Amino acid sequence: MTLNFGPQHPAAHGVLRLVLEMDGEVIERADPHIGLLHRATEKLAESKPYNQSIGYMDRLDYVSMMCNEHAYVMAIEKLLGTNPPIRAQYIRVMFDEITRILNHLMWLGAHGLDIGAMTVFLYCFREREDLMDCYEAVSGTRMHATYYRPGGVYRDLPAQMPQYRVTQWSPEKLVAELNRNRQGSLLDFIESFTERFPGCVDDYETLLTDNRIWKQRTVGIGVVSPERALQLGFTGPMLRGSGVAWDLRKKQPYEVYDRVDFDIPIGVNGDCYDRYLVRIEEMRQSNHIIRQCVDWLRANAGPVIVEDHKLVPPRREEMKGDMEALIHHFKLFTEGYCVPEGEVYAAVEHPKGEFGIYLVSDGANKPYRVKVRAAGFAHLSAMNEMVQGHMLADVVAIIGTQDIVFGEVDR
Amino acid sequence: MTEALDTFHARLRERFGSALLSSKLDRGQITLELTPAHLLETCLALRDEAEFGFEQLSDVCGMDYADYGLADWETEDTTRTGFSRGVSRGAYREGRQWPARFAAVYHLLSVTHNRRLRLRCFATDDPPRVPSVVEIWAGANWFEREAFDLFGIMFEGHPDLRRILTDYGFIGHPFRKDFPLQGNVEVRYDPDKKRVIYQPVTIENRVLVPKVIRHDNRYESGER
Repeated sequence: MTLNFGPQHPAAHGVLRLVLEMDGEVIERADPHIGLLHRATEKLAESKPYNQSIGYMDRLDYVSMMCNEHAYVMAIEKLLGTNPPIRAQYIRVMFDEITRILNHLMWLGAHGLDIGAMTVFLYCFREREDLMDCYEAVSGTRMHATYYRPGGVYRDLPAQMPQYRVTQWSPEKLVAELNRNRQGSLLDFIESFTERFPGCVDDYETLLTDNRIWKQRTVGIGVVSPERALQLGFTGPMLRGSGVAWDLRKKQPYEVYDRVDFDIPIGVNGDCYDRYLVRIEEMRQSNHIIRQCVDWLRANAGPVIVEDHKLVPPRREEMKGDMEALIHHFKLFTEGYCVPEGEVYAAVEHPKGEFGIYLVSDGANKPYRVKVRAAGFAHLSAMNEMVQGHMLADVVAIIGTQDIVFGEVDR
Repeated sequence: MTEALDTFHARLRERFGSALLSSKLDRGQITLELTPAHLLETCLALRDEAEFGFEQLSDVCGMDYADYGLADWETEDTTRTGFSRGVSRGAYREGRQWPARFAAVYHLLSVTHNRRLRLRCFATDDPPRVPSVVEIWAGANWFEREAFDLFGIMFEGHPDLRRILTDYGFIGHPFRKDFPLQGNVEVRYDPDKKRVIYQPVTIENRVLVPKVIRHDNRYESGER
């Protein structure tokens, strides 16, 4: 029997169409049809100056926005040969880890919902809200931040965390409660989050880790051996869940990952349950990294973006009095900057795996070719192999464990 | 780090010298260029020989070099007409000349040795043809389908070379440089025919920022 699953199925995590060939309730072959969200991001990037495509990167994997930007910005920096100031590197690491928690919370909530655990979803979204507020405080938007720029980050962290205001719908008592940990700076707010968050992870674990139904749905489902995981191009938690201790943050450290202390969790059996445990532990580790970044950023002030005005617009006050600054501003916003001829591949440890940007420049102000290497694309291509012999209900668990987001798979 | 890369680069040249068109170490990344005839044996050796051990294929990327180094404005010398606001495609050309228009670029990763390597395989035929590496790295399957879909590169020996990202029944290869950004056809619902129809595009592409190539000595010297 042939069964059509999606593209409008709530458990398909977006627009995935699966054509399943079944023998009774057992799957013989799965053929994912993707591309329903294809927006030709790479082609669009070829027609725009470099900086105008940063915003497109947010929209690739739309639950881990800043990590996407990071790879793109790092590729440009590698071509230019510039290095961001140390404070910018700490800010990037801190926001990468905030993003990792954002992504894993979204994954945990949705994965739980897919296989029948409603409550976790609500808990996860409660914590996501606070992290979204961090995004908003620093960039002005909750999701598509466009915060990282070649040469650093767009601006320094705000000294005052934005607060809720009393309106006719939000009474004074509620607002006071909401603003309780928003009295200080953004760093104070993030610190209070890091103190609270390990307890929240304990809560999720209480709901799931020893839950009989959760284990029945995940243990022994979608087992991938370490050799096979490498063959299939798995990266990130999908590879670590199979027991391969590979993490770009440790093995090929970028920014200041070699200065912060953290561990890489790995699984043993390579099934859905191990990947769940790996991601849960990654949230705790991310929390630990964020805490170290907060401490460092408190103690060390400094520039957050390079002072090279061929690359970064000059300050507004400078432009009022300095002709050269005005010219730099004009050139940057009409033409952008030219990147020397060459090609680089820059990869970051994205929450889903290795997110790489292969950037080719012919010396112009627009990229000649941008190739996005999305982790989810490689993972989804192994769907057929992972679901063979499993029941129909397990397809949903396997889509969940792959942490698929169609923004990056279809690009 | 750079020293280790240099020795590794030298070792690669020694081992694959006869199969390579050229090789380059730029900005800490090694690129080997080869023809389709030598691709499979090189890949197999890179995967199976212990000193290389590239057990993972990170990415396959289709490339179209048709417009490489082609800019809209002349920027090196003053012109008699001056810079016009208009954009004339291909007014100026510089940069590297490539041996073929199409190429497939492979990014390999060795988990054991913590190394990366880039292979570029030029497809000289028309239509462009490159042997498939699915037998060597199973993960190449969808990446090759993508390069076929977007660039029309035929991967010979691929078990299931279908389109992947574009619509069912799509015509053309959209990432080729001669494929217009706005596409060729658009879809809309026709209330008279009571169905979705395809028609030629009605929008025009506007270039807001012309493509220019300028040289900045500070960055040029910052190479590697």
